[in-house]
Amino acid sequence: MKTLHAEWTKVRTVAGPGALLLAAAALTAVVGVVAANAVTCPGQACQVDPAKVSLTGIYLGQAVVAMVAVTAVSGEYSTGMIRLTLAATPRRWRVLAAKAAVTGAATLAAGAVAVLASVLAGSVLLARHGIDAAHGYEALSLGHGAVLRATIGTVLYLGLIALLALGVAAMIRDSAVAIGTVLGLLYLFPIVASLVGNPGWHRHLDQLSPMTAGLYIQATTNVNALPLTPWQGLGVLAAWAAGALLAGGLLLRFRDA
Amino acid sequence: MTTTIAPYRSELGTGRDGFAQLLRAEWTKFRSVRGWVIALLTGALLIVGLAVLTGANSICSNGNQACPVPPTGPEGGWVSDSFYFVRQPLTGNGSITVRVTSLTGLYSTHPGLAAAGGSPTADMAPGVQPWAKAGIIIKASTARGSAYAAMMVTGTHGVRMQWDFTHDAGGLAGTVSAASPRWLRLTRTGDVISGYDSSDGVHWTLVGTATLTGFPATAQGGLFAATPGYTKTSASLGGSSLTGGPALATGAFDHVSRQGSWPVAGWTGQDIQGSTDAALAASAQGFTQAGDRLTVSGSGDISPATGLGGPSSVQLALAGTFIGLILMVVIGAMFITAEYRRGLIRTTLTASPRRGRVLAAKAVVLAGVTFVTGLIAVAIAIPLGQHLLHENGNPIYPMPALTEFRIAAGTAALLAVAAVFALSVGTLLRRSAGAVTAVIAGIVLPYMLATIPGVLPAGAEEWLVRVTPAAGFAIQQSSSQYTQVTASYTPADGYFPLAPWAGFAVLCAWTAAALVLAAYALRRRDA
Repeated sequence: MKTLHAEWTKVRTVAGPGALLLAAAALTAVVGVVAANAVTCPGQACQVDPAKVSLTGIYLGQAVVAMVAVTAVSGEYSTGMIRLTLAATPRRWRVLAAKAAVTGAATLAAGAVAVLASVLAGSVLLARHGIDAAHGYEALSLGHGAVLRATIGTVLYLGLIALLALGVAAMIRDSAVAIGTVLGLLYLFPIVASLVGNPGWHRHLDQLSPMTAGLYIQATTNVNALPLTPWQGLGVLAAWAAGALLAGGLLLRFRDA
Repeated sequence: MTTTIAPYRSELGTGRDGFAQLLRAEWTKFRSVRGWVIALLTGALLIVGLAVLTGANSICSNGNQACPVPPTGPEGGWVSDSFYFVRQPLTGNGSITVRVTSLTGLYSTHPGLAAAGGSPTADMAPGVQPWAKAGIIIKASTARGSAYAAMMVTGTHGVRMQWDFTHDAGGLAGTVSAASPRWLRLTRTGDVISGYDSSDGVHWTLVGTATLTGFPATAQGGLFAATPGYTKTSASLGGSSLTGGPALATGAFDHVSRQGSWPVAGWTGQDIQGSTDAALAASAQGFTQAGDRLTVSGSGDISPATGLGGPSSVQLALAGTFIGLILMVVIGAMFITAEYRRGLIRTTLTASPRRGRVLAAKAVVLAGVTFVTGLIAVAIAIPLGQHLLHENGNPIYPMPALTEFRIAAGTAALLAVAAVFALSVGTLLRRSAGAVTAVIAGIVLPYMLATIPGVLPAGAEEWLVRVTPAAGFAIQQSSSQYTQVTASYTPADGYFPLAPWAGFAVLCAWTAAALVLAAYALRRRDA
């Protein structure tokens, strides 16, 4: 409990994390608004997934979230603070767990704001562009099961991205290399997958990709066509995050700080 | 009584403070950090490694047959060359003149025609495709991809003269009908073929002049009809999905007159192979002759091959660019932020108080190192990747040496400029995590959003690769866009809205702006 409190104090008393998480929420919502405004659908023929469009901002927001999580660990290494932290709390697993809890909770809070703002803005804007129940689309309301799943799932997605970034930072320690690795993991999988001609390989890469699979949770239309179910997809990201935290924790435990 | 003590002065001469010394200092900083050198080499290895990986895994399988390779045009690129040809040999100079009285068409909205015994055209709807063509042509031979020049009426683009697949010149506008017929004429003089059009058969206008070097003495001349298939681009989320089916164009001609040494005997009809639909090719194409009046029906297209689907072989070989780019960005950001972290920046600025020059030296060293590494990696990756793709039966897009050179040097320059961009943002932010995130979110993220189908609304993706630093990836574009071919020209298909160097200039402009801001901040701020 004291460790949690210590970590919370660290996050609270530095201007960076709070401002960045607010920026992440704002960026996510703004990109979502722009994307929802850009939808032009002349007939009923185009397959728009209203939830996905309104939540487009997540592609950018996750980068900021990853950055906050990476600096939560690597910032301590760059200032030497980590030695003080580990002297105060010699149980290193507990330090990592407290960091994960505090960063995860802060991300979930910011993510909830961002996602709710995006979905609300999307429901208003998309209806104005003719993507509404009158034209045969599912209404974008939280009362709808799939939309609720997309909303809650995207908040969880951001939390898992923070945990993944935290684990990678605990492994790598240097902030530039750690954030490069995390963003590479997220963005490169889909680019490489799109270049692979073999459909089987493409499918496997999509199933393995933390971002592509994790964002299946946003699908509200054509869910059956996905290579994984939405929750399985989020599970893939959870597995990546758990693996990174485990590896980071083991290295933290057995390596000199 | 006071004595003055002379303050200590070093016996050493003053060191030189030229730009060369600064460059040497920055180069020493770079090469003496083992992690950066390893990261640089890893980036080069990954670029080559991914070329091997995609090359080895892209196995082209088409049942037990070899993968089809499109014919190569006289200018080296892949072409579509399939149409219905009503021909006669023409020896030496000569000309052919016709009057076109109608261009009609049929099309199907779905691939594959009703097979159950009925006529293949039974369920096709009447309608002319925008680039349906009927007219006269003089072609080196009936071999696909041979040189030609043609005058034609088109569905909605008026009279055109086209030659050697890539060239296109416009003539009379408007659609053809019995009330407003079009007269077309092709005249061969040596290697030069001139095309004329007229609305009355009396007053002629020159539309274009084609110089076909090495055109054989005996060529094939006559009438033709062709039409690309029906396509519909649905502007859905996930870019543009193309749906469509085969189409047929029919042109009606009369007043056929020829000058020069043409045979007296009648016309030979031939389907130049490669029609979009086999059943259509077998039964619906052909020509009928009644007195002076000729009707020619054909399918296919005579055009550069575009929209073959999927990335080109060079793009596949350069799949590792993105991994290399992220590594270069990390190195570029750390080249300055590490100095802030360790406090070395204070020593650097004491040794060289002109701060703008320090930044310039850093940029030059970084750009040089990343460019040379990138160039070596790309020079290995392109031939190696293409060789593996070829071994696995993939057709290799024939590419002019100059284009290949542009892609190779451009990719290396892309890596170098991205690294300098990261250096500038790193100088501004003084934090490596922020700099790396900003640059990757600026370069890689827009490219990913624009090229991965199913993410952005159509239109937004083009805008992304026009304005953001990701426009620089246009330097890797290997195929050209042709107005005379209807295809899906989106970033996902490998087409960028900006020309290669224009796109690269956008990235350079972003970098220059960041560099200027960084120099300003470095001068005005305490280190």
